[in-house]
Amino acid sequence: MKAVCWHGAEDVRVETVPDPTILNPRDAILKVTSTTICGSDLHIYDGFIPTMEPGDILGHEFMGEIVEVGAEVKRLKKGDRTVVSSIIGCGHCWHCNQQQWSLCDNSNPNSWMLEKIYGHGTAGIFGYSHAFGGYAGSFAEYIRIPFADYTATAVPKGIPDEKLLPVSDAFPTGYMGADLCHIQPGDIVAVWGCGPVGQFAMLSAYLLGAERVIGIDRFPERLQLARDFAKAETLNYEEVDVLEALKEMTGGRGPDACIDAVGMEAHGQGPEGLYDKAKQAIRLETDRPHVLRQMILACRKGGTLSIMGVYGGFVDKMPMGAAMNKGLTFRMGQMFGPKYIPKLVEHVLNGDVDPSVVLTHRLPLTEAKQGFEMFKHKQDQCIKVMFQPD
Amino acid sequence: MSQSIKVEKTVTIDKPAAELYSFWRQFENLPRFTRHLKDVRVISDNRSHWVITGPLDGTVEWDAEIVDDRPNELIAWKSVPGADVDNAGSVQFKAAPGNRGTEVKVVTVYNPPGGVIGNMLAKLFGESPEQQIGDDLARFKMLMEAGEIATNDGQPSGHSHSKD
Repeated sequence: MKAVCWHGAEDVRVETVPDPTILNPRDAILKVTSTTICGSDLHIYDGFIPTMEPGDILGHEFMGEIVEVGAEVKRLKKGDRTVVSSIIGCGHCWHCNQQQWSLCDNSNPNSWMLEKIYGHGTAGIFGYSHAFGGYAGSFAEYIRIPFADYTATAVPKGIPDEKLLPVSDAFPTGYMGADLCHIQPGDIVAVWGCGPVGQFAMLSAYLLGAERVIGIDRFPERLQLARDFAKAETLNYEEVDVLEALKEMTGGRGPDACIDAVGMEAHGQGPEGLYDKAKQAIRLETDRPHVLRQMILACRKGGTLSIMGVYGGFVDKMPMGAAMNKGLTFRMGQMFGPKYIPKLVEHVLNGDVDPSVVLTHRLPLTEAKQGFEMFKHKQDQCIKVMFQPD
Repeated sequence: MSQSIKVEKTVTIDKPAAELYSFWRQFENLPRFTRHLKDVRVISDNRSHWVITGPLDGTVEWDAEIVDDRPNELIAWKSVPGADVDNAGSVQFKAAPGNRGTEVKVVTVYNPPGGVIGNMLAKLFGESPEQQIGDDLARFKMLMEAGEIATNDGQPSGHSHSKD
């Protein structure tokens, strides 16, 4: 089959590789009908994610049709159309039972790698480095789905892929970002980053009862989408002082909750931005935490920071004094896929949400390299690139 | 005389002690989740024969006898005289608080011999026998909770194309 393999920073190649096979009784094989680049794939593309090996197949946001099931797959059958969670959970460990799917104890065969850097291993993720399990990704014609009964959710036929594809990863990630805010009546939620995850976080904040939502970015088309799709108010951080503007918009209180939908390659400004960029370039700091710092200062006293933007390693110059003395709550994590996916599928089927609006560009899988370049540099006002293997 | 090496490792498994105990008590099950233990053959109620494989198909073998057996709580075993390597081990099952399952603690002690067998064991267990026992226990947990051991052996990649 054809697959998109990583060979180093900014080096992805379409190659012919063997088809996947069932390796464990709870596996299924999926024919990928649609898959899309996630912002976190750019961290891999840019070479910031360790334990990648040349030849690894990328991709973790996808859907398709089940073509084969292992002996212990009970709920799914050949022919089922499914949306697949980017995060892999066994469904039987204590964490999965608590619905904390990304903390699964049993889905990461290379758990020991994470134990060394994080203290404990966490769940496997498709196409996201060997430390996260080394699972082959979805930028391929076929993919093996471990623990398929939980990792994949059956969806009806007759609704286009575009409307369901973001339910694999971007939508539940944004939804969890809002869910972690414990939104109360009257709450104002600010979201840093108006990419796909940020769009879904803003929209989800309203679904969960926010009074007002404010989106922060610098790209006009993304801010426009935040206004049109998520019905958010917007701030362009290149045009205004974000801290001042947020205070003015919230009666001086600051947003009740702040969501980070940006992550480790945040675009900082001024000397602070240069400092992080330089330190990250020579690997003295793995992540650029500009957004985190700003959220701590912006957030209402006693408010909540919800951190979804992916971080991998270390950050420095964190204003912990501000966080501590303002009594902030930090909540974060990789998304708990199967906890949210069925509910979000319902929202799509009911017509509450049309996630397809974030998918601005479609390419065949063979043009993956162009897709990455277009997405990375936001060419042609690109927000999200969808690949179709056929 | 070399010094004996003792390794202790604990994992919490979300299953009742009775289920974990009875799986472990059938020593033939152990090679299903241990990396180096190739075969355990039960000879009698409290005696079994254990085989470890090493590099170049070398093997280390011994007979072990059960020295303590408390159903659903503890199993302890010890190699009998004449073993390739003198060793002893135990596994203990203790309820974790608040319905968090069972804490499973493994203790192994062995006296590394010299010569060929000593070299082989050193290669097998490297500098971190704790890591090896920990990985074995992680696989035991996967098998008990998830019913299978997570793997990627045999999946596709473009690795074979990466050298051109």
